Amino acid sequence: MNEKTNIKNDGFTAAENSAPVNPSEPLRSSDTAEGGMDILAFLNQDQQKDLLRFLTAGSVDDGKSTLIGRLLFDSKKLYEDQLSALERDSKREGHAGDDIDYALLTDGLKAEREQGITIDVAYRYFSTARRKFIIADTPGHEQYTRNMVTGASTANLAIILVDATAGVITQTRRHTFLVSLLGIKHVVLAVNKMDLVGYSQEVFDKICNDYRNFITQLDIPDVHFIPLSALKGDNVVEPSQKMPWYHGKSVLEFLEIIHINSDRNFNDLRYPVQYVLRPDHDFRGFSARVASGIIRRGDTIKVLPSGKTSKIRSVVSYDGDLEYAFPPQSVTVTLEDEIDISRGDMLVHPDNMPHVERHFEAMLVWMDEKPMDLSTNYFIKHTTNTTKVRIDEVRYKVDVNTLVKSKLDWLSLNDIGRVVLTTTKPIFFDPYRKNRQTGSFILIDPITHNTCAVGMIIDRLSIKDLPSRITDADREKIANGQPLVSEAVRTTRYNQRGSTIWITGLHGSGKNELAFILERNLFEKGAVVVSLDGSSVRSGLNRELDFSPADRAEHLRRVAHVCRLLNDQGIIAVCSFISPDASLRKQVAQIIGEARFHLIYMDATMEFCRKNKPELYEKADRGATEFLPGVDLPFDRPENACFAFNPEKNSENVEVILDYLAEKKIFPFA
Amino acid sequence: MKAYSLTNLKELEAEAIYIIREVAAEFQNPVMLYSIGKDSSVMVRLAEKAFYPGKVPFPLMHIDSKWKFREMIEFRDNYAREKGWDLIVHYNKEGFEAGIGPFTHGSKVHTDVMKTQALLQGLDKYKFDAAFGGARRDEEKSRAKERIFSFRDRFHQWDPKNQRPELWDIYNAKVHKGESIRVFPLSNWTELDIWQYIRLEKIPIVPLYYAKERPVVNLDGNLILVDDDRMPEEMRQRAEMRKVRFRTLGCYPLTGAVESEADTIEKIVEEMMTITKSERTTRVIDFDQEASMEQKKREGYF
Ligand SMILES: Nc1nc2c(ncn2[C@@H]2O[C@H](COP(=O)(O)OP(=O)(O)O)[C@@H](O)[C@H]2O)c(=O)[nH]1
Repeated sequence: MNEKTNIKNDGFTAAENSAPVNPSEPLRSSDTAEGGMDILAFLNQDQQKDLLRFLTAGSVDDGKSTLIGRLLFDSKKLYEDQLSALERDSKREGHAGDDIDYALLTDGLKAEREQGITIDVAYRYFSTARRKFIIADTPGHEQYTRNMVTGASTANLAIILVDATAGVITQTRRHTFLVSLLGIKHVVLAVNKMDLVGYSQEVFDKICNDYRNFITQLDIPDVHFIPLSALKGDNVVEPSQKMPWYHGKSVLEFLEIIHINSDRNFNDLRYPVQYVLRPDHDFRGFSARVASGIIRRGDTIKVLPSGKTSKIRSVVSYDGDLEYAFPPQSVTVTLEDEIDISRGDMLVHPDNMPHVERHFEAMLVWMDEKPMDLSTNYFIKHTTNTTKVRIDEVRYKVDVNTLVKSKLDWLSLNDIGRVVLTTTKPIFFDPYRKNRQTGSFILIDPITHNTCAVGMIIDRLSIKDLPSRITDADREKIANGQPLVSEAVRTTRYNQRGSTIWITGLHGSGKNELAFILERNLFEKGAVVVSLDGSSVRSGLNRELDFSPADRAEHLRRVAHVCRLLNDQGIIAVCSFISPDASLRKQVAQIIGEARFHLIYMDATMEFCRKNKPELYEKADRGATEFLPGVDLPFDRPENACFAFNPEKNSENVEVILDYLAEKKIFPFA
Repeated sequence: MKAYSLTNLKELEAEAIYIIREVAAEFQNPVMLYSIGKDSSVMVRLAEKAFYPGKVPFPLMHIDSKWKFREMIEFRDNYAREKGWDLIVHYNKEGFEAGIGPFTHGSKVHTDVMKTQALLQGLDKYKFDAAFGGARRDEEKSRAKERIFSFRDRFHQWDPKNQRPELWDIYNAKVHKGESIRVFPLSNWTELDIWQYIRLEKIPIVPLYYAKERPVVNLDGNLILVDDDRMPEEMRQRAEMRKVRFRTLGCYPLTGAVESEADTIEKIVEEMMTITKSERTTRVIDFDQEASMEQKKREGYF
């Protein structure tokens, strides 16, 4: 600070030019024309002006061209010959009789007029004594989304026109949604054609209320309402005499005073290195436009992605070294230490970091005739970084007219949707809401090189909430056939551990009764449960198998593998199978896993069973059927069952099993 | 807060520097088209600022139609020498040898051969993939929609149906071999901004912009300077001394002077603000056709 170097922060506001200017007395250029102000004073005042970029939107015939024409005309910046050309045009194609048709002022695009060529945005310039204005004028034809999004991207403010005779209509909502999507903070609802509704306050108030109700669902912090007649000039430049009930400002007055500088982010230093300046061996500078925050001589900075830190030695500009630089200044900085930095790197303050991620979500607007292709690797340009990106998923599409969200697999021209993206290398970003510069990006088609989409990054979600995040570790697992959903995650989600309850017993021993009641009980308590029994499995999966000992073995082997798959995925299997052979039951337990296998024996007397299934046992007795356990096949009474149940007490038995599962933390787990 | 706000000009300057650096960083072989006019002079100053304390890392190219005002050529050579610019001067040799000129062939043929064709030749010869131009959107109605990065196909043509969306300040610099981009860093500047900047930055401009007694001939209402004896004898004989200046500079037979007392920048601005005559009306080529500018652009000029 106390060095004697030539430090200044604005080459233009140096004392030599500081003729006193009284900001409360705006100077119209006509003052100069009348010789009311000398040219030096005029120039000195002119150089103090700041810049306001605004967007105009309205549907066809709302009077947008008339309003713009009047702003240009009445701010007396139209040159004489443009006017005489205009008089010619008015006679030829105008609609306003012998009066000047203001709309023609803005409609000079011959190619467009003759060939119907689409023009996304036309930029118009005018200025008053206080400000210079850039109007992004977006035509309201069918490409409105693409056009409006383009115009809104550089605007600080939007004027949305409504026709007082029509009120708030679909287009008004659509325009407002797009304006909020692009993060414009100031909106003026210009209620035009007030002359056609008798300059009525009621009409105006009703439209304002309708609009207020609508915008509560959008994020627009600052909204103003102005009643006007663009055609008659009411409240365009001069306040109207016809609407004494309106005490606010005219459109132009408002545009002149609205404070927009505080919309910039001066808090979070983001310095995306654009160009490395190395004119000789002594000088190594890093040029950038400050995206946000303040960069000061002496600041400690961190370089992304290397993570190295250093101090700012100087902030260099052609007009002398600066003490600091702020957005949107373009400067060059030098560092105290020799660090390897290249284009695309970012300087930040170490205690205020952007997200450094490959995986994020964004609102995407598709701008290309060629629709989105999820298998294409697009280029992404974000700040000064270009890398490749893959679109993982479209979460939903938003209908611009109704704001209704719907599920869709890809986006086409003019679609807006929320998508999940993964870049090849990490990018350094902030959510668009917080930082327009570091939250915006474009996608470039790798084949045509067209700008096919533009995006606004959404506040980062916690990584585990994001779908289809694929890490290198994931890829390895997938390659090895390992699932990405871990046992622990399933256990937490289902609140249970995948296990098999295997009920063995003779025909008619009450196995199915127990199994089905148990299944219902578990299900009602919130468990994820599947039940399997002989007849359901044999009717499909095992339909070719009979009851011979060999086929019985194969039948149970398959069932065991099904149980194992279910248990692996965290699901409880309740199985009801005779499984008479002790060695087969042992094999089943081994397939499923001894720890997950819980054997229950329906200890029913032969008498009980015969009473339940009299026909079956009679058939076997007559020799009409073979291989019936307990008749012509042995049934091995299990020695290792968890429980041996009396089938007559199945409702108690179920309780016993539930207690057992709870105790073993099978279900519920916690 | 006031401490962190920029004036209009400083904001435009910062934007232009950003654009110029972006091109230098993203393209293999950019060039800055230097027309010697006031807008070009501002653009070159911005390029110097962009790479300070280094040198501008790309060449300037002047397309010489061989019919420029002599003072322009003098100014160009002196200024380039003084600044040490890497300046390429290109002209259409065949056209020159065939004696093409506005007096003999008319403005349309001359402009096509000596300006448009010459420019395309120059761009092809050095295989430039990006060319800066000093055009502004407020110059003419059809310019209002022009991109800052304006895409050109292999034949340098501008296709109004095939322009890339341009949002925020993220410029798409991807081109295939042979394709190119015209870049307009002064897109958002107005004529007043240019004069104000020249005044504040003390940027030297060709003296023809200032009013002085000069020999001129009235040709169909245009005051044409007698700059050399290629002007037909019978025209030269009608010359008279008038205090005039030029609002734009180009080929002398195609650029009309305006009568003026403005011999300082302040007076020029005063004249501009009060007499309010759009600058381009003094450029004869634009009268050919209402949308001639649009046409020329499609053909590759601008
Ligand atoms: N009565 C009335 N007519 C208007 C007003 N503003 C525009 N118009 C007329 O509405 C029509 C459409 O206007 P224009 O500016 O071309 O609408 P744009 O399509 O939104 O650009 C023209 O005939 C205008 O003269 C207004 O405030 N009052």
